[in-house]
Amino acid sequence: MLSMDQYAMHIPDGFLSAVVAILFWIPSVTVLVVALRRVSADLGEREVPMMGVLAAAIFAAQMLNFTVAGGTSGHLIGAALATILLGPWAAILVLTCVIGVQALIFQDGGLLAMGANLFNMAVVGVAVAYAIYRLVSRLAHGQKWGLFVGGFAAAWTSVVVAALAAALELALSGTSPANVAIPAMGGIHMLIGIGEGLITVGALAFLYTARRDLLKLGAPQPAGSRAILVGGLLLALALAVLSPLASTHPDGLMSVAERYGFLSSEQPPLYTLIPHYALPGISNQALSTILAGMIGALLVLIVALAVAYSRRSRQTRP
Amino acid sequence: MHVHFLDPYRPRSSPIHTLDARIKLILAGAFILTAALAPNGAWPLYVLLFALVYSAELISDLGPFYVLRRAVLALPFVLAALPLIFTAPGPRLYLLHLGAISIPLSEAGVVRFLSVSLKSWLSVQAAILLSACTSFPDLLVAMRALRVPRLLVAIIGLMWRYLFVLADEALRLLRAREARSGDSGDPRLKAGGTLTWRARVAGGMAGSLFLRAFERSDRIYAAMVARGYDGEPRSLSVPQAPPVQWALLAAALLLLAALLALALLFWA
Repeated sequence: MLSMDQYAMHIPDGFLSAVVAILFWIPSVTVLVVALRRVSADLGEREVPMMGVLAAAIFAAQMLNFTVAGGTSGHLIGAALATILLGPWAAILVLTCVIGVQALIFQDGGLLAMGANLFNMAVVGVAVAYAIYRLVSRLAHGQKWGLFVGGFAAAWTSVVVAALAAALELALSGTSPANVAIPAMGGIHMLIGIGEGLITVGALAFLYTARRDLLKLGAPQPAGSRAILVGGLLLALALAVLSPLASTHPDGLMSVAERYGFLSSEQPPLYTLIPHYALPGISNQALSTILAGMIGALLVLIVALAVAYSRRSRQTRP
Repeated sequence: MHVHFLDPYRPRSSPIHTLDARIKLILAGAFILTAALAPNGAWPLYVLLFALVYSAELISDLGPFYVLRRAVLALPFVLAALPLIFTAPGPRLYLLHLGAISIPLSEAGVVRFLSVSLKSWLSVQAAILLSACTSFPDLLVAMRALRVPRLLVAIIGLMWRYLFVLADEALRLLRAREARSGDSGDPRLKAGGTLTWRARVAGGMAGSLFLRAFERSDRIYAAMVARGYDGEPRSLSVPQAPPVQWALLAAALLLLAALLALALLFWA
């Protein structure tokens, strides 16, 4: 029942250098403290049991798998769905609880590496999902397609960006070469993200039909949401630019890692074996990889939009 | 069918089980931190750390292979470190011949790959031991004693309480889907419907699970209010750990620090 993406996304202990593992606790704890304050201020006593039960539901929803092909299966990860249903701050808390219990009880992700895992999934995942969802639904002016297209795009982007963050952390730790880890993690999660997007849309479609009030369409956003929106966009952009840069200049990343003490390596690495991902005809490697990444992302986005629209037209037809 | 098999806690009355949960949590964290700080290729340190965690496993009454067997399940992630063997710098260890291509294996890469895998294997054993020897309510008390914010502990506590209920709910949804779907049992036949359709069905099930969770949380809230809940999570005061156990913790931390110092000085 376990599929590979659980292993790919939750970094176990031992794979991050101590400095990277400890460093990533800082942003995670900071955001968590702000989220705790926001949630205590904004939400009533009613929400405490709700967040607990929904955290359990996200955990249990990961058991709901579907066959993809050849014995592999996909399942929900849930960051985007939690963000859309609960709002960003409560989603950060709920996902923190899910990731914490997964690490503490099920060894799904390490204890020391939890800071980085929280950063990737609860901070980056939620912020990016929120930013994308809000932007799309604002473009849709409260129409129904904004919910579904926004849900799909938010789910896909949050999975991919969180995976890129995990790959960068592995590369910074010297555990996985950047020019292998980033394209591999990014590529796998571009596919996993499609499954995540489809399940998220399925769940949203069900809730839209059954309990529209839960989706809080057009409701005012909680205080401090703008910060998450901007932060999410910045994180998505930063990782989209940084990842191809790092994967074309892995030695650059290594020297940064060494200079700041993430890595105690003997000599500057020389990567010559694996050919660089690049577009022909463009001499600048970084530029061409960024372009390749953007074209790839655009293609997937077009497919996603097409899927979302075909779903929509099928739904509107009697 | 119930999913109590999810709970990794194995009740025993071993000395490890009776140790205060706070101390176990700190010890597991310190052990994992030591493994993370250990330099690559410090084989003697890895052997000593394994001796430490394995003797704790033996004392814990879980059986000699319980933790070792479970620790293997967490290892597929080493795939992420595998490319190091080929790409790390330094002298070449061996030239692998695959037909016309020959791939150099780097010595530094092999050392780093083995170190990462061993460190991860050691760390996961400590984490498995912690979860097998400590009941979840005790862990919650330990978290509270270690100043994890109360709201967070309250949510985690509620989450744990309803985790099994909702996992049962998810199993029921899966069973209902099976009951309504044809299955030939022949692996050569491909699964029915398009991929999109299957994903959407799984999505509908997830939505249904969320809806049930929402409704259940309303009932839980009402039940809590009926029993005097006013928004403030209350709990019993944290019991004191016996001084002997604190001394044990100090000794263990000193030992780990000494091992690490040895490794950094001599085995790096």
